[in-house]
Amino acid sequence: MEEELKMLEETVASDYKYGFVTDIDTDVIPKGLSEDVIRLISLKKNEPEWMLEWRLKAYKHWLKMEEPKWPNVKYPEINYQDVIYYAAPKKKPKVNSLDEVDPELLKTFEKLGISLGEQKRLTGVAVDVVMDSVSVATSFKEQLSEIGVIFCSISEAIQNHPDLVKKYMGSVVPMTDNYFAALNSAVFTDGSFCYIPKGVRCPMELSTYFRINTENAGQFERTLIIAEDEAYVSYLEGCTAPMRDENQLHAAVVELIAKEKAEIKYSTVQNWYPGDENGRGGIYNFVTKRGICAGNYSKISWTQVETGSSITWKYPSVILKGDNSIGEFYSVALTNNFQQADTGTKMIHLGKNTKSRIVSKGISAGRSQNSYRGLVRAGKNALNARNYSQCDSLLLGDKCGAHTFPYIESKNKTAVIEHEATTSKIGEDQLFYCEQRGIDAETAVALIVTGFAKEVMNQLPMEFAVEAQKLLAISLEGSVG
Amino acid sequence: MDPINISYFGEKFNRLQLANPDNLLNSIRKEGFKTFNESGLPGTKNEEWKYTRISNLFHKEYHLTEDELKSEINISDVNAVRLPGSENATELVFANGKFIPELSTIRSSDNELVILPLEEAAKGVFKELIHEHLDKSSLFIKDGIHALNTSFIYGGVFIYVNKNKVLDNPVYLYHISDARENHTLSQPRSLVFVDESAKLQVVETYSTIGSMDSFTNEVIEIIVDTNAIVEYYKIQNDSITASQVGTTHIRQIGKSFVHALTISLNGGMIRNNTDIIMEAAGNEAHMYGLYLLKGHTHVDNHTLVDNTKPNCFSNELYKGIIDEQATGVFSGKIFVRPDAQKTNAYQSNKNILLSDDATVNTKPQLEIFADDVKCSHGCTVGQLDEEAMYYLRTRGISKEHAQSMLLEAFAADIVGQIKPEPLRIYVEEMISERLSVN
Repeated sequence: MEEELKMLEETVASDYKYGFVTDIDTDVIPKGLSEDVIRLISLKKNEPEWMLEWRLKAYKHWLKMEEPKWPNVKYPEINYQDVIYYAAPKKKPKVNSLDEVDPELLKTFEKLGISLGEQKRLTGVAVDVVMDSVSVATSFKEQLSEIGVIFCSISEAIQNHPDLVKKYMGSVVPMTDNYFAALNSAVFTDGSFCYIPKGVRCPMELSTYFRINTENAGQFERTLIIAEDEAYVSYLEGCTAPMRDENQLHAAVVELIAKEKAEIKYSTVQNWYPGDENGRGGIYNFVTKRGICAGNYSKISWTQVETGSSITWKYPSVILKGDNSIGEFYSVALTNNFQQADTGTKMIHLGKNTKSRIVSKGISAGRSQNSYRGLVRAGKNALNARNYSQCDSLLLGDKCGAHTFPYIESKNKTAVIEHEATTSKIGEDQLFYCEQRGIDAETAVALIVTGFAKEVMNQLPMEFAVEAQKLLAISLEGSVG
Repeated sequence: MDPINISYFGEKFNRLQLANPDNLLNSIRKEGFKTFNESGLPGTKNEEWKYTRISNLFHKEYHLTEDELKSEINISDVNAVRLPGSENATELVFANGKFIPELSTIRSSDNELVILPLEEAAKGVFKELIHEHLDKSSLFIKDGIHALNTSFIYGGVFIYVNKNKVLDNPVYLYHISDARENHTLSQPRSLVFVDESAKLQVVETYSTIGSMDSFTNEVIEIIVDTNAIVEYYKIQNDSITASQVGTTHIRQIGKSFVHALTISLNGGMIRNNTDIIMEAAGNEAHMYGLYLLKGHTHVDNHTLVDNTKPNCFSNELYKGIIDEQATGVFSGKIFVRPDAQKTNAYQSNKNILLSDDATVNTKPQLEIFADDVKCSHGCTVGQLDEEAMYYLRTRGISKEHAQSMLLEAFAADIVGQIKPEPLRIYVEEMISERLSVN
C-alpha cells in the first residue's frame, strides 16, 4: 500500500510535456468584454452586418444569464473582464502547401509529435490548424473541394458561404442555450466549418489541432459540421496547450447536423494544461457540444479522450430526432493531481426506433474529482427507443473521488433503457498476476488501465488512437503506469 | 407558496411555542422554523426536488390540529385501519399527526419497550438521549419541508427498546388523518432508539377519513446501537386525496443490521426520503421498495446511504410498475466518505411502464471518495419480456393473465422481503388483487 502511494506521488510529480510557448507575433486586443470589443472582433474579421447583430444579441442575452453552479466542480470566480477575447497571429499567410507555413509553427507541431509534414505524408489527413483563434494552414483543401466538401475556418465560411452559416449556426446549440454557449456566440473568434454534400463519403479524416498560445487569451472556438443526405465524415479534434500559470478560459461550441442516412463521427483528444501538482494554473474547459440526427437512419458518434484541463465541463449530446437514428458516446476521462472533470452526455430520444449507447470510463488519481453526468430521455413519441449505458470508474489512490450522476427519464412504455455503473480500484489479484510474471507494478498498472479504457480507445480512428494511448501513458507516468 | 400560508404557520408556531415552554423542544422548533423561513418550500430548481412539485400542495388552506382542537377519531376508526397481526402488536395511533395514548395499545412489558409522548420523554430519564439524537436528520435534509415538521414538533412519540431485548411483537404505527371537514396537515414526529443487542420491527401505515385533502409531513428518526436489529416497513395505500412527504432517517451508531422496506400502492403525491447513515464500521443495511402506481399518483423515492466508516455493506433494490398517468421517481445516492474503505454498496432500480402516459424518472447516483470500495448501481426501464409472454401464451394462458403473472413475479422480489408473515400475506393479497384480471 505504501509503495502504491509512493508511486502515486511520483505521478503527481511528472511534468506537463507540452508546456512551451511558441514565439509568434500576435495581434492582441486589450482585455475585457463589452459591446465595443464585440464590434472590434467583428470588424477585425471583416464580418457582414448580420453576424455582428447575431453576436450582439447573444451578448445581451449573456448579460442576463448566471454562471451555472450545478456542476460538481469548484473554482474561483472567473473575471470575464480579465480575458483577452481576440488574439490572432499577425502573419497570416495564405498557403497551399506546408512549405509556406511559418517555420515556428511547424516546430511547435513537431514538438507535439504531430508534425504536419509527417501527417500529410503518412496518413493523408487534412489539417486545419487553429493557432490561437485564426486558421493559418489548411491543407488538402483542393482535393476536398473537387468532391464538393467544404472544409475551412468558420470565418472563411462566413465570408464565402453565408447562406449555409446563417441557416445552421445556432440551430443545434441556440445562442441562449447556456451561459458559456451565449458567451461563445458573442465573442467566438474562429473555428472550423465543414460541409459534406449529398451522397459524398469524405475520403479522409478531417482534423483540427487547437492550441492556446497567447497569455490570458481565452479561446472561443465555434465548429459547425453539416452532413447532407447519405454523407459521411469523420472529424478529429485534438488539443494541447502550453504551460501557463494563470487559469485560461475555453468555451467552445460544436454543432453537428446529420441529415437522412448521414453519419458523423467526431473524435476528440483533449490534453490541455491540467495545472501543476499543487493545482495552480490549468485550463477551464467549458464546452457545449451537441449533434442532431435530423434525418431518418442518421448516426452521430462522439468519442473523447479527456486527459487535460484543470476543470472540464462538457456533455457531448445527441438529439435523436430522425426515426431509426443512432447516437453514440464513448469517453475516457482521466484526472490527476487537482483536476476536476464533470463530463458525460445527453441522449434525447424523439424519433421512433432510435438507439443510443453510452460507454464512459473514468479514471481518477491524485486528488482529482471525476464525475459522470448523463441524461437519457425517451420522449412520448420515441417508440421502441433503446439505450444502454455503462459507466465504470477506476480509483487510483485514496484521496481522489469518482462520482456518477445518471438521469433517466422515460415517457414511453415501449422504450427500454438500461444503465449500469461500477466503481472500484485496480484488483490486487490482477496486479499480483502481472507482477508474478515479472512485469513491474508500474507497467502492470498501465497495462490494466489501458485494458480498462480499451473499449473506448477502439472507437478512435487509427491516427488518433496512437496519440491517445501515448497521452494516457504520459498522464499516468511514474505512478500508475 | 401563498403568503397567507406563511403567516398562518407563523401564527400557529408562536402559539405552540408559548403554550409549551419546554426548553429543549422549544429550541429545536425555533431552529426548524428559522430554516423553514430561510429556505421556504423546495421548488423544482432544487436538485433533490427536480421531479416532484410540492408547491401545489400548499395552494390550499390546511388545518393544523392544535391541542384544544382534538380530532374526532375514535376506536372504530382505528379498527378500520388495523393491519393483520395486530393482535400481537403494540399499536400506536396518531390522529392528525398527534400521538393518542388513549387509543393505543402496548403489548410488551415496560422493561422491554418504553413508549412515551415526546414531550414527556424530553423531561424524564431519557432527556439526555433525546437531546443527543432528536433532529439529527436536519443535518442531512436541509429543505423547508423537513424544517416545517421540525418547527411543529408536538405530540410526537418516543420509542425505546431496552438493551438485550428482542421484541417478538412488532410496533404498528397507524397514522389517521381526519379530512371530513377540512384539508388536514398532519406532521407526526417520532424518535426510536434501539439499544444494544435489541431487536425491533416497526410498521407504519396511513389512512385518511373523509373526502377533503390530507397532507402528511412525517419525520421518523431511528437510532440503532451496537448489535441491534431493526426492521422497518412502510405501507402506503391511502386515498388519492392523500399526499405525503415521509422521511425515515436511520442512523446505525454501532455495528448493526437494518432492513427497510417501502410499499407504495395508492395516494396522491408521495415523497419518501429513506436515509441510512452508517456511523460505525461493519454495518449492514438492506433497503427495498415497491411502487405499483395508477391514476395520477406520483411517487418519489429518495434514498441515501451515507458510508462514513469502513467495512459497511448496503444493498438496495427498488422496483416499480407504473400504469395510466402515474409517475414514478427514484433517486438513490450512495456516499462513500474518505474513511469508509472496504465499502460494499449496491443499488438497483427496475421499472416497468404499462401505459403511454406513464412516466419514470430515475437517478441512481454514486459519490465515492475512497478507493478500496466495490460499488455498483444499475437501473432499467422497460416492459415485460416478450419471450416470457410468448412462453406463457403458447401454453394457453390469455394475454391478460400472462401479464398479471409476470408482474406478480416482478413484484415478488420485494414482497418476499417482508419478514412478519401476516403482513407479507396481506401485501401479497393486495398486490395480486391489484394485478389480477377482472
